[in-house]
Amino acid sequence: MARSTTQGGGRGTRTSAAAPPAVAAATDVALSRAQRLELYYWMRLTRSLEERLVNLYRQTKVVGGLFRSLGQEADAVGSAYALRQGDILSPLIRNLGSMLVKGATPVEILKQYMAKGDSPTRGRELNIHFGDTERGFIGQISPLGDMVPVMAGVTLSFRMRGEDRVGLVYVGDGATSTGAFHEGINFAAVQRCPLVVIIENNGYAYSTPTVKQSLVKQFADKAIGYGIPGETADGNDVIATYEATKRAVDRARRGEGTSIVELMTFRRKGHAEHDNQSYVPPGQIERWAAENDPLDRYVARLGQEGVAAEELAAIDARIQREIDEATDIAEQSGVPEPLDALVGVYADPPSEEPLWFREGKRAVVEKSERPSSWGTFDAPAKGAD
Amino acid sequence: MAEITYLEAIREALFEEMERDPNVFMLGEDIGAFGGAFKVTEGLLAKFGESRVIDTPISEIGIVGAAAGAAHMGMRPVVEMQFIDFIANAYDMLTNYVATARYRAFLPTPMVVRGPSGGYVRGGPFHSQNPEAGFIHTPGLKVVYPSTAADAKGLMKAAIRDDDCVLFFEHKYLYRRIKGEMPAGDVVVPIGTARVAREGTDLSIITYAATVYKALEAAEQLEKEDGLSVEVVDLRSLAPLDDEAIVATVKKTNRVLIVHEDTRTGGIAGELTARISERCFEWLDAPVLRVTAHDVPLPYAPSLEDFVLPQTPDIVLAARRLAAY
Repeated sequence: MARSTTQGGGRGTRTSAAAPPAVAAATDVALSRAQRLELYYWMRLTRSLEERLVNLYRQTKVVGGLFRSLGQEADAVGSAYALRQGDILSPLIRNLGSMLVKGATPVEILKQYMAKGDSPTRGRELNIHFGDTERGFIGQISPLGDMVPVMAGVTLSFRMRGEDRVGLVYVGDGATSTGAFHEGINFAAVQRCPLVVIIENNGYAYSTPTVKQSLVKQFADKAIGYGIPGETADGNDVIATYEATKRAVDRARRGEGTSIVELMTFRRKGHAEHDNQSYVPPGQIERWAAENDPLDRYVARLGQEGVAAEELAAIDARIQREIDEATDIAEQSGVPEPLDALVGVYADPPSEEPLWFREGKRAVVEKSERPSSWGTFDAPAKGAD
Repeated sequence: MAEITYLEAIREALFEEMERDPNVFMLGEDIGAFGGAFKVTEGLLAKFGESRVIDTPISEIGIVGAAAGAAHMGMRPVVEMQFIDFIANAYDMLTNYVATARYRAFLPTPMVVRGPSGGYVRGGPFHSQNPEAGFIHTPGLKVVYPSTAADAKGLMKAAIRDDDCVLFFEHKYLYRRIKGEMPAGDVVVPIGTARVAREGTDLSIITYAATVYKALEAAEQLEKEDGLSVEVVDLRSLAPLDDEAIVATVKKTNRVLIVHEDTRTGGIAGELTARISERCFEWLDAPVLRVTAHDVPLPYAPSLEDFVLPQTPDIVLAARRLAAY
């Protein structure tokens, strides 16, 4: 089976001391000017929305942890942009950009982080762990690698039904060490599932560098072990990311099965906001920020292609307006009604009963018939009245 | 109508459900060309083809995960664990992913994971397990474990039609030893309902799966030798439990013995005892007793296995103690 390695291969974060890649030369892709500006919009929206979330986090309005994708906006946006409507992706914690491309809205993201009652998961799940199969994204769970077999099944259903649809699943460098990654990708490969597995190589899994995760030179090399194509691309170049992903998506759509695309990037923030990244060698984060920021690179490229700075500034202003409006809406939402915690574990029964010791709530024990001599329960119950 | 075995009853249900609903399909190791390690899926490949009877890699995580993904998209996968012991490999996928999907993400996951379970077959530590308790503990999963051929068929139909994930435990000791007449037509046994396997008034044995037959044997012996009228309740569903049936039998006989083949600590007998104590303490004339396996991995040698697992004389002994209390 064909295997390719491409431009961008070998660069990036294989060793923790690696220098950031230089700005890639522009290549021709069939993206219109409007589409190129759209890519800019999604990348900038991702970054600005996360900056708003940082403010809210510092105001303690974000209930749980905050996960940033600073410096990885291109890999998320460029890869998701290679999909069509009807295709389904499963994002990771640093794929806010992918979800926005697939139709998730800033107000949903903000409500999720603030654990609002009308958030997409009604306060049940954290951060960007949510999905919508209609819009085409399925929420991840925290055990890493698990979404690979799930997306193998999603795409198996596409193949079984003869649907012209493709799936895409993100894993990090760390998740490639899990059993679920291996079993899922092997299953997808054997079943010729129309699935693209994106390995985001951002240098670190929490604090663990890739060199302690695997001895492969590039994670795309793992493709050989599954008999599928693998390719490495520059994940901080949104166009290169789009192109590499598009090639894999097109193969999947043509019935050629599963592919791996490794995107080289760098995680410029900690695993979450609490993480001070003490484990990263000094200067490395600053160097990536100064020399290989995906937005800076793309702005420079758009400038070379004749997009005026004012045009981008207008997009930025629109994004700020949208985020302000979304924040106002999200802040007005209330917290979930506690009893909603008992709803919807199963289709049938539709909800669970509150336990008897919850004051004022009818419970199984209270409802069950009992003789008057049943003192051990009656005494405290009367006392509570 | 001719009698068929417990195993054939399961196969009939799979056939009928695949014929009824094109979204139903099978996934598992050696289930197609070979028909499964116990031949439960024999004939399915010939009838329904490779796209609906999928021989998979040895990948319990992969198979269960793929089933979940397909189920999200409206399919109704039925996954075979070659032996239910191997379901432990998919524990994360079932408990973290599948069980939570509806609650956290409103994703329906209508799927069945089925497989040969249980001991008394000299299978040793990895071909004899009863791992139901770990899954009963997980909100979001349903668990059934039938003892009769008719229930095996009717519950399999219910499991496949259920909109959530159902773990379907099949007792391999019963596969070819138990036969039964199938009811005419498309009969679904609702999940969550127990069955009174034998009516009685002096004491109740609550059990499920292979030990139903040991309890019935014990009941017979106790009637002959002690003049005791023993009621035997076959739970059939372990999640959800049929609280009504449990309470009814306790109120009827006032003495309860719980029997299961699973190990003792953390087994479902503990949960049943707690429920009975909370709901019908005043109706009890004796403490709830348990007959279970010993808390050891299941050994291979017949003399060892027979000692570890609950046997009919154990049930008789416990019932006599209960009756005399």
